[in-house]
Amino acid sequence: MKEENETRQSILARLIPGFVSLTKHGPSGWMVIIGLAIVVVIVVMTAIAPWVAPHDPIKSNVGPLASPPSWQFPMGTTALGQDMLSRILFGGSTMLQVSAISVLICFVIGVPLGLFSAYVGGNLDKTFSLIIDAVYAFPGLVIAIAIAAVLGPGVVNMALSIAVVYIPSYFRIIRSQVLSIKELTYVEAAKSIGAKWHSILFKYIFPNVVPSIVTVATVNFADAVLTAAGLTFIGLGVSVSIPDWGYDLTKGRELLSNGGWWVITFPGVMIILLALGFTFIGEGLSELLNPKLQR
Amino acid sequence: MGLRTYIITRIILTIPTLLLLLTAVFLIMRVLPGDPVALHFEKKATPETMEALRHILGLDKPLWQQYLDYVWGVIDIGYLIQHGYPNLGKSMQVTTEDVGGQIFSAFPATLELAIYAIIIAVVIGVLLGVASSKKYNSVPDHIIREFGIITYAVPIFFLGIILQLIFGVYLRWLPTGLRIAPTVEPPVSITGLYTIDSLIEGNLYKFIESVKALLLPSFTLGIILSGVFVRLTRTNMLETLRLEFVTAARARGLKESTVTYRYALRNAFLPVLTMMGLQFALLLGGAVLTETTFSWPGLGRYIVTRINFRDYTAIQGAVVMFGLFVTLVSLVVDILYAYLDPRIRL
Repeated sequence: MKEENETRQSILARLIPGFVSLTKHGPSGWMVIIGLAIVVVIVVMTAIAPWVAPHDPIKSNVGPLASPPSWQFPMGTTALGQDMLSRILFGGSTMLQVSAISVLICFVIGVPLGLFSAYVGGNLDKTFSLIIDAVYAFPGLVIAIAIAAVLGPGVVNMALSIAVVYIPSYFRIIRSQVLSIKELTYVEAAKSIGAKWHSILFKYIFPNVVPSIVTVATVNFADAVLTAAGLTFIGLGVSVSIPDWGYDLTKGRELLSNGGWWVITFPGVMIILLALGFTFIGEGLSELLNPKLQR
Repeated sequence: MGLRTYIITRIILTIPTLLLLLTAVFLIMRVLPGDPVALHFEKKATPETMEALRHILGLDKPLWQQYLDYVWGVIDIGYLIQHGYPNLGKSMQVTTEDVGGQIFSAFPATLELAIYAIIIAVVIGVLLGVASSKKYNSVPDHIIREFGIITYAVPIFFLGIILQLIFGVYLRWLPTGLRIAPTVEPPVSITGLYTIDSLIEGNLYKFIESVKALLLPSFTLGIILSGVFVRLTRTNMLETLRLEFVTAARARGLKESTVTYRYALRNAFLPVLTMMGLQFALLLGGAVLTETTFSWPGLGRYIVTRINFRDYTAIQGAVVMFGLFVTLVSLVVDILYAYLDPRIRL
């Protein structure tokens, strides 16, 4: 028990001061703060949408069709006469769900796979690496499209297809770290006092790879948002009855030739903000955790 | 190890990768969905119709035999020589058409877009990266770095739509889609690349028309990809500019631009080359969305239209083609490195 507490402390010892004194770390610290702020605002916005949205986001003809922003409809209306502001408030949920579920799947599969493969080594490691490298080299979006096309639309299916693309990133980064960590003296010491393999792997090695996992996860979050938008754009998104930024952006193209800029701009900017929020967190954290890159 | 031995070893090592790729695609496209034929018809056809389609496509055979047929189809050189494209089966939508033929006629469009996009990405990336490193830690440096980060977060099709809106709809300078205006006859296909074919034909008008059509899609893709080159060039230039040979060059009284571009950049450029190879997969993924945005009749648009028809044999063929393309590029890049840098052959 005591050992476990110490492990937990070693994780926190590296992360907590980072959060508390982020402001003292110059630009990278501020990047994390801004990124976190953007993500938190979007999550809160999506959560409170049912209470603050002026209109039903699905209901058509709440206003004139395809009207530009006005006092009554600050973000204009869609071609079906839906209120754009309400759709923006509600529309983040799909992307947040898809990215969160895909990160979870990657974490559950990619992390143990990388830990195990590197720790065991030998032919098992070689086989895993060969397969994973083949997936890694393949155009991610094309794999995601193929899988999403087969599985059909839906939040979980989208998350799954994104996860398949991202598992290799987790695997590779964890594997390379474990390969060097497992040769360190303290691991050897643990082995010599007869610690079991699973406690070496999860209590001694795992805490040291957590920072890298956090960094990969934020990049994964950002990429999942963009991939989800991309899948929606080519018609593999969620159903029409759920307000979604990706869907609005795709549909907005139809108004483009008439100069209908508002239907694409607002959802597009929201997607960029969400992806940017995660990217900022990732960039900032990786600079904080690897001071060598900080230049 | 001599260069020839290295090349042969590298080619032999490609075989397991290819088999792995083919197997993975087969598992995803034929085994995972259960019955692609039922999915294709969305359960709106009689069992007889479905059985007939299964028979035409060979999907009524046992799975292992389907697998062997499919792998053999891809590697059957005789078929490739006879038809000019590999045997990727028949399309589900139009069962008289070969998927291989359809894919090979769409492919040059993707290749042309990819070539111009990567050139634009590298040029923007290197120029901004160098400028950023020269003005280290100043306002321009910060702006360029932010640009590099923002390119990661912009959905490629959103950028495409915005460029269409500005240059196509408002300013009316450039076409918003297709490889060449519908009123212009495409050049006679020799390479399949319109810009090159029109020059071979000696038709300057067609050349200008195809360049105009290329500008928006290739800039869209190029800008999104440039971020990684900005960052890479900047980091490497910062490191190189500190080295002694740069100081020595300055001390000899060479012009600063000569020192930067002739001396420092030359050293910082090798990692950029490496990254060009690595970015290729990302480029192809981005090409799918760019092609859809600009109705660009390439492989990406092919895959997207086939998804709407639930044409699983065609999707499978296109995915295999993407995989073959990436494998081939990484093979060529590796051989090129071995040629340029003898250490790799050791």
